[in-house]
Amino acid sequence: MDSSPLVLTLASIILASTPLIIAVCGEILTERSGIVNLSLDGTMLMSAMTGFVVAFETDNVWLGFLGAMGVGAFFAFIVAFGSIRLRQSQFAIGFVLTLLGDDLSAFLGQNYTRIPGPVVQHYAIPILKDIPIIGPIFFNQNVIVYFAYILVFVTWFWLFRTQPGLRLRSAGDRPEAGFARGVGINFQRYLYTIIGGGLVGVAGASYSLNIKIGWAEGLTRGFGWIALAIVIFGGWSPIRGMFGALLFGATKALATYLQRTFPEVSVVAFNAIPWVLMILVLLLVGSDFTERVITVAPKSLRRPLQRFLKISPPQALGSTFVED
Amino acid sequence: MRIELRDIRKYFGPVKANDGISLVLEGGRIYGLLGENGAGKSTLMKILSGYQPPDSGDILFDDQVQNFSSPKVALGKGVGMLYQDPLDVPPFTVNDNYLLGRDNRVVLDYKSAIQELQEMTSRFSFELDLQSNIEDLSLGERQQLELARLLVGGAQVLILDEPTTGISAEQKDVLFDSIRKLAFEEGKTVILVSHKLEEVQELCGEGMVLQKGKLVGKTELPCPNEKLVEMMFGQVPERGERTEFPLGQPVLGLVDLHVTTYRLSIRDVDLTLQQGEVFGLAGLEGSGQRILLQACAGLLHPDHGKILLSGQDVTGLQYHRMQDKGVGYAAAGRLEEGLIEGLTLAEHVELAKPKHRFFIDRSQLNTTTESKIDQFQIVGRPDSTADELSGGNQQRLLFALLREKLKLILLEHPTRGLDVRSSNWIWDQLYQRREDGTAILFMSADLDEIFERSDRIAVFSGGVMSRVLETKNTSVDEIGHLIGGQA
Repeated sequence: MDSSPLVLTLASIILASTPLIIAVCGEILTERSGIVNLSLDGTMLMSAMTGFVVAFETDNVWLGFLGAMGVGAFFAFIVAFGSIRLRQSQFAIGFVLTLLGDDLSAFLGQNYTRIPGPVVQHYAIPILKDIPIIGPIFFNQNVIVYFAYILVFVTWFWLFRTQPGLRLRSAGDRPEAGFARGVGINFQRYLYTIIGGGLVGVAGASYSLNIKIGWAEGLTRGFGWIALAIVIFGGWSPIRGMFGALLFGATKALATYLQRTFPEVSVVAFNAIPWVLMILVLLLVGSDFTERVITVAPKSLRRPLQRFLKISPPQALGSTFVED
Repeated sequence: MRIELRDIRKYFGPVKANDGISLVLEGGRIYGLLGENGAGKSTLMKILSGYQPPDSGDILFDDQVQNFSSPKVALGKGVGMLYQDPLDVPPFTVNDNYLLGRDNRVVLDYKSAIQELQEMTSRFSFELDLQSNIEDLSLGERQQLELARLLVGGAQVLILDEPTTGISAEQKDVLFDSIRKLAFEEGKTVILVSHKLEEVQELCGEGMVLQKGKLVGKTELPCPNEKLVEMMFGQVPERGERTEFPLGQPVLGLVDLHVTTYRLSIRDVDLTLQQGEVFGLAGLEGSGQRILLQACAGLLHPDHGKILLSGQDVTGLQYHRMQDKGVGYAAAGRLEEGLIEGLTLAEHVELAKPKHRFFIDRSQLNTTTESKIDQFQIVGRPDSTADELSGGNQQRLLFALLREKLKLILLEHPTRGLDVRSSNWIWDQLYQRREDGTAILFMSADLDEIFERSDRIAVFSGGVMSRVLETKNTSVDEIGHLIGGQA
């Protein structure tokens, strides 16, 4: 039972969604502070390459993750510095960094392509791993996966239950009000852009050291954009973002399955499934239908439901703030 | 606490916003700070509350020189400012908003926050739903929360910037009661920045008048309005005289109109406006006046009933078709609904033309824009963008963009936030339009404006329009009753 195909598939979906979950949490922190780090796709490639190269040369995966984190943070710093200090368009900077990361990672990593290297070791959590069904799916993984679980919760808690979280969100929602209450708006934005970028770096390295082990040009290409889309899909909430990433992973797995079952249908058609599904969910969540469903719900549930389903971007997202 | 401002100066380029202002404010008193738009009131208050440092001059509290590097520091020393648009975070819950910046502990203490808020709100009889999000509250409620936050934060000096704009009469009474309580019972210093002389007279014990960055007068209040106006303007401006204007043919006819929006519906509206008539809609914000105006403009469509324009059925026509039929609409949100932030004056003029060509004739456009700027006395150039203009000039631009020869002009708060002189000027322009047989239908939160400008008045309350009143045969009391929903 524990090694039934379904359980194995679910476990692999969890594993495959991990980097996206980490990147989504990072970008949510950044965007909640009011900055859009559009460079995710390039950052991930750079950090996937750096992570692998460092781990290969030092024979230590954790140093690899550290290096990747540094690269992610550095790319994010460029976005923050360019938009806050130099007052340039953060979208333009992020976009150019995406292109740069793609080519630069191909260039710098060219001597390391398609060679075996260190990988994150499998680590099943004692006791928990023995819970039927749940154990093998969730706790028979590796440390990076467990880190992602914790990260989702910590990000959520930090954002919505702590004073630093309020400060961070005030920078993204109404910087003037935050400033009036002693919040250093631009400090918050630097801080969370850099932290967010560091997390995106970890996400990149968890591809090259964990999921698509090794380095090849364009290894993670596309996943940065997917993470950016999931941030929006998840309504800037880490919990919903996690579900978004898992949904994406699940539909990907479904696509692979369908592809095997209907070999006569083109592969490309199945690859489109996750996107179609995401758009449908977004349309459904924002529709009158959902509003009507909410009004049927018991009164005490209505407000939490509305809050959960509401999607609104941080209101000052992408704006610049000038302290007088 | 005794506050002294000594020779405060603040220049923005060539503009002397504050040009050597000295003031003394005592505890336990309510002061009114008056002045025309751009007289330097906001700058002075921002300096006192730590938003901006002065170029030179000192702020002294009980003879001790203060240096405010930020609003937070100023509040720590006891100065809190309540902005016209409250400085809160709309997507936050009431509790989160209250706790933001409150202390440095990492984990939020909701329990004591709720307790403190409840204590505050009951002390001032504010009625607030502490479970909601800020964005679901009315402006008045948000103001009450800010006030509570400032007081808990230790404010000894409260600065209120146009606090009654956009709040209901009831909320205004609650606010004024709490202000009196704060000053007279708790010895706090209150500074009221306002355009509305009646309010300043009602509430304040001393008036201070700024003009062009200088303090030009101080007086005990209440005093005759003329005295204040004279200090503000140097002379009493001519009030637009209400002359009898002969009314012409019916222009607008509303027959049994029903309009439904998700918030509020209006029902059974029957109304006829004649050429040259000025019709005022009174009522609390959100009672249905705006829905009626939008329905007449073709921005909302009635469920049933008819809209007639010069006898022609125009029910269900879209706004741009209504424009072609001779209807003009000036919305309240100047930058939100009326103007486009990044576009220049000339580009606005081009967009507002009834007919467009693919290529823009630059030189002709500049000439037209220059003449509009001249005619409407806008302080700006054809290539200034709309957001560079001051509020008053934005309003003038909005009027400049209304087409010529309209049958019907619909206006939301035509003079909100403008000083007496600009308001008069705007109404003079509107009166001139009556010569072309234009009828004017407007809503305003300012009862004086409704009384002074309208031929007839109707009051909205909860989506129901009252009977139509002749201005000369009604009284403020009667209207007040109708606004409160009593027939």
